[in-house]
Amino acid sequence: MPIQYYIALSATLFCIGIVGVLTRRNAIIIFMCIELMLNAVNLLFVAFSKMQPITTAGAGVATNNTALAGIDGQVFVFFIMVVAAAEVSVGLAIIVMMYRNTHSVDVNFLNRLKN
Amino acid sequence: MSITEILFWFLSVLALVSAIMVLISKNPVHSVLWLIATFFAISGHYILLNAQFIAIVNLIVYAGAIMVLFLFVIMLMNLDAAIEPKRSLWMKFAGVISGGLLLAVLLSVVRTSVDLNNKTAKLNTGEIGLIKNLGNTLFTKYAVPFEISSVLFLSAMVGAVVIGKRN
Repeated sequence: MPIQYYIALSATLFCIGIVGVLTRRNAIIIFMCIELMLNAVNLLFVAFSKMQPITTAGAGVATNNTALAGIDGQVFVFFIMVVAAAEVSVGLAIIVMMYRNTHSVDVNFLNRLKN
Repeated sequence: MSITEILFWFLSVLALVSAIMVLISKNPVHSVLWLIATFFAISGHYILLNAQFIAIVNLIVYAGAIMVLFLFVIMLMNLDAAIEPKRSLWMKFAGVISGGLLLAVLLSVVRTSVDLNNKTAKLNTGEIGLIKNLGNTLFTKYAVPFEISSVLFLSAMVGAVVIGKRN
């Protein structure tokens, strides 16, 4: 598939995540949309790791492609998942604590706690 | 249209529809289930790109662990559909317009880029997604970030326990 299709798919998923963060008031749904954004970026990393020029018949261009070119993209996806898992655990602990104190997960209400 | 193209379009439409349903659902449990469907579609894309290890890890870690954690927290708090008050319609409209504008900017950059002509993502082939090569690279070239990520997990675990403690 042309790489533009993957970029367009990933950008659309990312923007759907952004619309979710801007629009919803439930803190947990906002967190889930952040995970959606991270997944969109993961998809783009993996697509880029497989990106190659279209080989035309009889092309004399000497490419530097070894068999393992682009594996760094997938290793980075692995580390993004590591960070996302750690972030989810701490973030949900914070949300549970705020719910225990205020009995609400509405971000407009939690925003007024600073006063 | 070959079978891989059909699969690509099917998985893309599934991912986009599930992501939009995550936003639209009133019930938080329904949102979690639609997000799990999105993760399945994205894992399907990974398998199409022959990134087998990432596909399985995506399913196990994201759909299996993180979403289950979300479900636990939602059920712990007994969230109903009736609790979340609605934002005003103008705010929702403004949010959708902002997201749409960002999408337009990103897509226009992609469309007019010269570097991306004639580049494809190779489907169904390739060796870099296999777990042997990935593990080899992870433990030789990226050994230090691997060990640091274990320290990260330890600190996240300690942090979560400390935050959740009742005094």
